[in-house]
Amino acid sequence: MIYQLNGVMKVAKLLFFLLLLMIPLIGWAKEAVPVAEDPEVEKRMLALTMDLRCLVCQNEPISDSRAEFSNDIRREIREQIKANKSDEEIVQFLVDRYGDFILYNPPMKSTTILLWFGPIILFVISLGALIFHLRRRRVQVQDIALSPEQLAQAEALLDEEKKGKKV
Amino acid sequence: MMRYLIPLFAFMVLAAFLLVGLTLNPRQVPSPLIDKPAPKFQLNQLHEPDKTMSSDDNLGKVWMLNVWASWCVACRDEHPLLVQLAKSGIVPIYGLNYKDERSTALQWLKRYGDPYAISIVDIEGKVGIDYGVYGVPETYVIDKQGIIRHKQIGPVTVDSLEKTIIPLIKELQQQT
Repeated sequence: MIYQLNGVMKVAKLLFFLLLLMIPLIGWAKEAVPVAEDPEVEKRMLALTMDLRCLVCQNEPISDSRAEFSNDIRREIREQIKANKSDEEIVQFLVDRYGDFILYNPPMKSTTILLWFGPIILFVISLGALIFHLRRRRVQVQDIALSPEQLAQAEALLDEEKKGKKV
Repeated sequence: MMRYLIPLFAFMVLAAFLLVGLTLNPRQVPSPLIDKPAPKFQLNQLHEPDKTMSSDDNLGKVWMLNVWASWCVACRDEHPLLVQLAKSGIVPIYGLNYKDERSTALQWLKRYGDPYAISIVDIEGKVGIDYGVYGVPETYVIDKQGIIRHKQIGPVTVDSLEKTIIPLIKELQQQT
């Protein structure tokens, strides 16, 4: 009898211990990543994140990335959209924290002028160089204009060569 | 002569740009938060969950905020250095336990040592977003006025501590 009671107590203790183990699981379960609960929010979030760079992946927009970082930013953007923030406010929020680097479209600033106009400047310079070069070549070609005597001499030389070859 | 010099010169300019590019670290994104007030937070502590800590608690002293997690492998690399720095008493280090679980975080500290004056818990990574955290570990040096003066992305190294962080901290401590 006592032995049996001990057995029951043991099982009860074990069960109690197992129950205790579950407490932290309940307390610290991670928040599920919300997926497309509101199509409107999701659409705006997607449009926004298409032009935002995932900082940990490099060269992948947040909209395409499955990185933890992108998950967090997407969640943050969803929450801000629900809080009626405008797109500009949300983008500014992210730029304040992560810098212009998060934008795929860098803003025009004193530090980015070279980035924006560099290619145009390079194009204008190379176009100028090409025109300069072509003009100079035309002048050079005109310079070689021959005098009538030289022409006659050249023709005579060519004739001679033709005759020589035919023989 | 010029025909050969011009392409050579153009090539050298290109090579110089590429050479500079090699020395840059593409993972190092300059933080816009440098010289800006550290974002405010009020978070639960790791060791005593019912107590909170606020960023304002540290006004008036120079402090370091180290973002860490038990799942972060690189954190293990820098951890002995932080323990050493904490022992030296040069600067108090506060830990932001980022997207971690309390039990594993506590175990981790027990195993590798606890350099933190206080560790605070950011389970959802909200404060992390405020601080522009994208790669753990990250370390911030914050001055007496609560302004972020330095951000180290990735693990601190002997080199970065000796050359940048500690001299900066000593300089900031002298300011009133």
